[in-house]
Amino acid sequence: MPRYGMVIDTKKCVGCQDCVVACKTENNIPEGYNRDWIVTEVKGKFPTVQMEIRTERCNHCSNTPCVSCCPTGASHIHEFGGIVLVDHEMCIGCKACVEACPYDARYIHPDGYADKCTFCIHRVEKGQNPACVEVCPTHCMYFGDLDDPNSEVSKLLQSRKWHVNLPDAGTEPNIFYLI
Amino acid sequence: MILAEQIIELTTTRHNPHVDPFMAMWEWQIPVYLFLGGMVAGMMIISGYFIFSNRYKVADCSCFSIPFTALVLISIGMFALFLDLAHKPYVWRLYTTFQVKSPMSWGAWILLLIYPALIANILMKPSPWMLRFIPRLSDISVKINQHPFLIKNIGVLNMLLGLMLGAYTGVLLSSMGSRPLWNTSLLWVLFLTSGLSTAAAYVHLIAKNKEESELLAKADNGFIVIELFIFVMMFLGLLSSARPHIEAAELLLTGAYAPAFWVFVIGLGLVIPLIIQLLAVNHKIKHTPIAPIMVIIGGLILRFIIVEAGQYSHWFNAHLK
Repeated sequence: MPRYGMVIDTKKCVGCQDCVVACKTENNIPEGYNRDWIVTEVKGKFPTVQMEIRTERCNHCSNTPCVSCCPTGASHIHEFGGIVLVDHEMCIGCKACVEACPYDARYIHPDGYADKCTFCIHRVEKGQNPACVEVCPTHCMYFGDLDDPNSEVSKLLQSRKWHVNLPDAGTEPNIFYLI
Repeated sequence: MILAEQIIELTTTRHNPHVDPFMAMWEWQIPVYLFLGGMVAGMMIISGYFIFSNRYKVADCSCFSIPFTALVLISIGMFALFLDLAHKPYVWRLYTTFQVKSPMSWGAWILLLIYPALIANILMKPSPWMLRFIPRLSDISVKINQHPFLIKNIGVLNMLLGLMLGAYTGVLLSSMGSRPLWNTSLLWVLFLTSGLSTAAAYVHLIAKNKEESELLAKADNGFIVIELFIFVMMFLGLLSSARPHIEAAELLLTGAYAPAFWVFVIGLGLVIPLIIQLLAVNHKIKHTPIAPIMVIIGGLILRFIIVEAGQYSHWFNAHLK
C-alpha cells in the first residue's frame, strides 16, 4: 500500500497561485475559501534578508490530531495511500478538527461539514497527479509514494535538504519543502 | 515577530472565514456549555456527597433541589452545543459510534449517562409539583427509600459522573496540542475546581438549611484557594515551556486578554468573593448573595477567556535557517 506525500521545491516556487486556482476549479471550492494557499516568509536583518515562497495545504500527517479528536469517525485516514479525508455524511460540524490542526488547514464548508485538501483523491485513484501539481508552471511540486525508494519524491528527499512545517508539533507531516 | 534583532515576516494568501487572521471557530456556545457542564459537574458531586454521607436525612437538604436545577442547566448547555454544530441534521452520528481517542465522543456518552443519574437523584424525593403531574412518582420514591444501599449508590454514581463531566470539559480543550494555551494537563483540574467552586456558590445561595449554607461557603473558600494555586502552577508550567506556550501565558498575564483576566476572573471572580466569604464565615459580616454571584459570573468569564485566548494562541510557522 503506498503512502502518498508531496515534495515542493521552494527554489522554484514563484507564488503565482496557479495551484490555488487549479484546486478551486477542480474541487469546486466556494468563493472566499481555500484548500491551498501561498506563504511568503522573509527573515533576516537588512541587508542579509532571505525569502522563501511556498504553497501550503493540509499536510496529510502520519500522526493526525484532526482524526483523533473526531467524535464520529468522519475524519479518517483513507486506506488508499494514507490520505487524510473527511466523510461529509458523517461530519456533524463540531469544528474540533479545525481547532486541532496546528496548520489551520481546515475550514467549515458553507454546507456545514469540515473541509480540506484531499490530495485530489479522485484523480490520484485514476493514476493522475493532484490538480495543483499538474498545473504548476515551474514544476516545483512533486507527488508520489514516500515508501517507494525509487519514486521521484523519495529520490528528491534523499538528494536535497528539506524541512517540514511545524516539526515541533509532532504531527509528522507528509509534505516536504526542498531548500 | 522580532528574534535577536532579526525580523521574521510571514504573509499568507489564505483567508478562510473564522480561521484567518486568527482562529475564532468556537463562539459563545462552547464557553457557555463548558461553564454549565462544569457547574453541573460540581452540583452532582456536592449532591452525591450529601447523599453518600447520609446528609440527605437532614431537613431541607439541598440534595433534593440541586438535581432538577442541574438537569435544566445541562439541557441548556447541550442545546448550546447543538447550536454550535454546523451540520445539525447529522447530530445523531455522535451516538452511532464510540471513538476512544476523541474526548468529544467520551463527552457525548457521559452526557447521556448524566440524565439517569440526575433523575434517580430527583426520584429520591420528587418535588410536590412533580407529584401533582405524576402521582405515581411517590411509589417509586417509597421503593427507593426502602433500600439504603441503593441510595448510597445513587450518591456514588452522581459523584463519579460529576467527576467525569467536570474533568472532560477541560480535557476537551487540553487534548489539542495545536493551541498552546489549552495544551496543559492542569486545565481539567482548573475546570473541575472552578466547576466545584461555582456549584458550591450556587448551593450556598439557595440552601434553606443555614448550617448547609455555611458549610458550602467554607467549601467554596477552599475551592477558590485551590483554583488560585492551580492558576499559579499552570502559568509556571506554560512560562517554563516552549516559546508558543510562553506567548500563550503572556496573552492572559500581560497581553490582550490580561485586563479581562485580572479584573473579572482573578479580582471580581475569585479574590474579592474570597475576602467577603472569609469575613462571612468568621461572622464579621452577614452572608449575602453578592459573593456567590460574583463567583458564578467569574466562572463564566473564565471559560470565555480560556476559549477565546486559547484559539488565538498558536505555533509560529517559520523555517528559514
